[in-house]
Amino acid sequence: MNTNEILVQVQQVNVTFDQYLALQNVSLTVKRGEIVTLIGPNGAGKSTLVKIVLGLLSPHTGNVHRDPEIRIGYMPQHLTIDPVLPLTVARFLTLSGVTQTHLLQQVLAEVGATHLLTRPLQRISGGEMRRVLLARALLREPDLLVLDEPIQGVDITGQYELYELIAQLRKRYGCGILMVSHDLHLVMAATDYVICLNQQVCCNGRPEAVTQHPAYLKLFGDRAGRDLAIYTHHHHSQTV
Amino acid sequence: MDNFLWRALFGGIGVALLTGPLGCFIIWRRMAYFGDTLAHSALLGIALGFLLHVNLTVSTIIVSLVIAVLLVFLQQQKQKHLATDTLLGILAHSTLSLGLVTLAFLPGLRIDLSAYLFGDLLTVTSQDLYWIYGGGSLTLLCLLFIWPDLLSMTIHEELAQVEGVNITRTRLLFMLLVALMVAIAMKIVGILLITSMMIIPPATARSFSRTPEQMAILASIIGCLAVILGLGMSWYWDTPTGPSIVVTATLLFMLTLLRTYRMN
Repeated sequence: MNTNEILVQVQQVNVTFDQYLALQNVSLTVKRGEIVTLIGPNGAGKSTLVKIVLGLLSPHTGNVHRDPEIRIGYMPQHLTIDPVLPLTVARFLTLSGVTQTHLLQQVLAEVGATHLLTRPLQRISGGEMRRVLLARALLREPDLLVLDEPIQGVDITGQYELYELIAQLRKRYGCGILMVSHDLHLVMAATDYVICLNQQVCCNGRPEAVTQHPAYLKLFGDRAGRDLAIYTHHHHSQTV
Repeated sequence: MDNFLWRALFGGIGVALLTGPLGCFIIWRRMAYFGDTLAHSALLGIALGFLLHVNLTVSTIIVSLVIAVLLVFLQQQKQKHLATDTLLGILAHSTLSLGLVTLAFLPGLRIDLSAYLFGDLLTVTSQDLYWIYGGGSLTLLCLLFIWPDLLSMTIHEELAQVEGVNITRTRLLFMLLVALMVAIAMKIVGILLITSMMIIPPATARSFSRTPEQMAILASIIGCLAVILGLGMSWYWDTPTGPSIVVTATLLFMLTLLRTYRMN
């Protein structure tokens, strides 16, 4: 696994919607084997930046370089299925192009959701939906995994499990991961690089450095520091 | 049984087979009003056919296709001042009225307008059958071809796009298929009732299905059943065929509603 291989590079990007500046001079790089986390308050432009990385949106100025050879696995923030569309978890997963049942079962086992295979998609909880969406992204055997709010709606124990899983995924799939979260404390421990976004990049770097940065503290207040301390403590007591 | 009745039966079944799967996508994608708009514009196609002395099915197909492309184009506009349903409403009723006005200008033309508005299954000719089965199989084959992509983007458009689905092309193709279906089905149930054939059988099929494919096949079967029962009703009680088919489809739908309520 070449850990210096750049999967996607966004340089000095600007995006405006109706004269409103959504992103200003933002840069971001995701390398293979690296977990990059994007944090920021609501309306900070996180989803806009994700769309640029995915190629769903073109910036007004700036460059986006995406290795054309890479496969992207994407886990969207929302998926609501209209009740009029009958759809089981299995059929939903086959939309990725993989149709063999044993492979579907295998990937569901990986995200801890084997029991959902034949369940209608409208009858699973928000947390189960996150796991199913992650499974669909993994079926593509991605080089770059883009996860938009991966733990939203997942209960506390499930959150630990999922972050542990995500941390393992980069080794198992040899992929780079770009993760979006407005959740602070858990993210920090499972990431290599943090970008704190609020229309522009407020601060970035390793999680320990970012949490001490004045811009970060200004944006998230003291609460952020406390939450992180609690989590770090918890984490050590589990692993040591 | 007389020949015209056999033709009516085959024609109706052909249309039901076609509207089942396409109708499913119409309700999954919440496009009922879009289907309605295309159906209304079909009258303009008929009027133009009379005006220019061309085959009515051909002129209807052309007008439907033009309207479908126009709608895709209008939806792609970045600066939208009008909601899609407003645009659809304008197009639906202006094309219907334009069709009626055009027909009034044609001197010496005596046509049975209600046959076009509500369908006239009993006058189906062998040529109509060729259109239904020829055009219908072509439409279904195309639908089969775009099925995985269309289903994927119906569930989550951006996810589908990231996975390599060409959204604009698939959407355009689907709208063209709906336009083709409207032109083909018009003869059977009429301009004002086409939407019901697209919506009622799939809605009836929903509570019996676990996958999209089951629902599509079942919608076709239920549509066929409605055609057979509706024709029977029309034969025995001398009721208009198009509305009779819609009434029986609605009765089938209400039966399944009862079943759904009992289950809950």
